[in-house]
Amino acid sequence: MIVRLRILSMQTAQVLFLLLLFLMPVATQGHAYPDHADPKVGSTVSVPPTIVRIWFDSALEPVFSSIMVHAVKDDTMVDKRDGHVDPSDPTLLEVSVPPLPPGDYMVYWNVVARDGHRTSGNYTFKIK
Amino acid sequence: MNASRRSTIFWSCRAFCFVLSIVSALVPATSFAHGVAGQRFFPTTFAVDDPFISDEFSVLYNSIKMNDEAGGPRIQTSSLDVGYSKRIVPNFGIEVDESYQRLHTEGDGTVSGYGNLGVNVKYQFYTSAEHETILSVGVSDEIGNTGNHSVSDSFSTISPAFYFGKGFGDLFESTSLLRPLAVTGVLGLNFPSRPQTVTMNDQTGELDTARNPTTLTWAFTVQYSLMYLQSAVKDVGLGQPFNRMVAVVEFPMETCLNGDCKHQTTGTVNPGITWIGKYTELGIAVEIPMNPRSGANTGVFVLFHLFIDDLFPKSIGRPIFP
Repeated sequence: MIVRLRILSMQTAQVLFLLLLFLMPVATQGHAYPDHADPKVGSTVSVPPTIVRIWFDSALEPVFSSIMVHAVKDDTMVDKRDGHVDPSDPTLLEVSVPPLPPGDYMVYWNVVARDGHRTSGNYTFKIK
Repeated sequence: MNASRRSTIFWSCRAFCFVLSIVSALVPATSFAHGVAGQRFFPTTFAVDDPFISDEFSVLYNSIKMNDEAGGPRIQTSSLDVGYSKRIVPNFGIEVDESYQRLHTEGDGTVSGYGNLGVNVKYQFYTSAEHETILSVGVSDEIGNTGNHSVSDSFSTISPAFYFGKGFGDLFESTSLLRPLAVTGVLGLNFPSRPQTVTMNDQTGELDTARNPTTLTWAFTVQYSLMYLQSAVKDVGLGQPFNRMVAVVEFPMETCLNGDCKHQTTGTVNPGITWIGKYTELGIAVEIPMNPRSGANTGVFVLFHLFIDDLFPKSIGRPIFP
C-alpha cells in the first residue's frame, strides 16, 4: 500500500510539475487600468499642459496603445499626434499638446496590456 | 494522388501550422475578458449571477440562520461553494460549481455533505463598450441525485435565464458623480424535473408528498464603482485599496409560481464591498432577510475570486477556440 501511495504521489508530483512548467512562463500581467493622470481626471487647471500623461497599473504594448486629446466643444483632435508609450516606463502613455486655450478637453485612451487584454476609456479636464 | 504530392501537402501543412503557432505565440492577441464593457468593469457579485462569461475560479462562503417553515427549531445553514467557469469561444462558456453544506438544527444534530452539482452554460450575445452594456442568456441545471440526500434535492432544477449589466457612464455628463453607478440583474424561471417528491415519514411510517414548485428568479444589483470614479470621472485622491473598490447592494428575489407557496416571495438585501486586484477579487457582504421565510437573522457572504484569464492569458485562461 505504501509503495502504491508513493507511486501515486510521484505521478501526482510529475503532473503538477508539468502543469507548472506549462503555466509559469505565461503568468504575466492582467488588464491595464489608469492609476493616475496629469492633468488629473476631471480636474480644472489654470496652466495649460504641454503633455497629457496617463500612468497605468500594468505595462503596455506600445504598438497597440494610443492616446488622443479632443476639444469637447467641436470634438476636434488637438494633440500633436505623437501619442506613445514611454520607452523608459512601459506603464506611461503620453501625448504632446500645443498651447491650448481655455475650455473642456476629452482624453481618449485605448491600450493593450502585455497579456493581450484590451481596455479603453476617456475622461475630461478643463483649462480655465 | 501520388506519394510525392501527399508528402508535399503533408509538409506544407506542418510548416503552415508551425508558422501559425510561432505567430500566435509572438503576436499579443488582443482580447476582451470577464466583466468589461468599455471602461466599465462589472465585478463578480455574491448571490446574483453575473451577466458575463469568463475564465474564473471562485469560492463563496455563505452562512445564515433559517426559520423552519413548520414552526420547528431554526437551522443554521453554512455553505462553501466552489465554481469554475471556462469560455469555449470568446462569448460562450460553461460553468461548473459544487458546494459543501452544513445544516445545524438548534437543539438537534448537524448534517453536512455535498450539494447537487450545478452546470451552467451562458452566451454573452451583446457587449457595448460605448453604452457599458452586457446582455447574456443561459441555462443552468442543478443536477438531482448528485449530492448528499440530507442537504440536497433528489430532483434536478432547470433554469433558463436572461442576464444584464448596464453602466451609467453614458447617461450623464462626463464629470457627473452618478456615472460610476451600474446595475446588473437576472430574470429567469426554475423548473423542477419532478413535480412532487414522496418521502416516508420516519416516525409515522406514512408517505409525505411535497410539491416541487416552479419559481421565478428576479434578482438585481446596484453598484457604485470607486475605480470608475477615480479613473473616468474625477480623481478625488483615493489611494490603495479604495481606488479599486466597488460598493454593491444585491437584491436576490425568488417568487413561487405554483404549489403551496404560490405567490410567496423570498429574498434578501445584501450590501457589501468588493476589491478588485490584478488577478483576484475579494468581497464581503451581509445578508439581510426581507421576511421570516427568507431567514431568521443577518447572514454573511465572503467571496474569493481568481481571474484565470488574467493569470494565464495564453494557456488555460483563454477560450478553447479563441
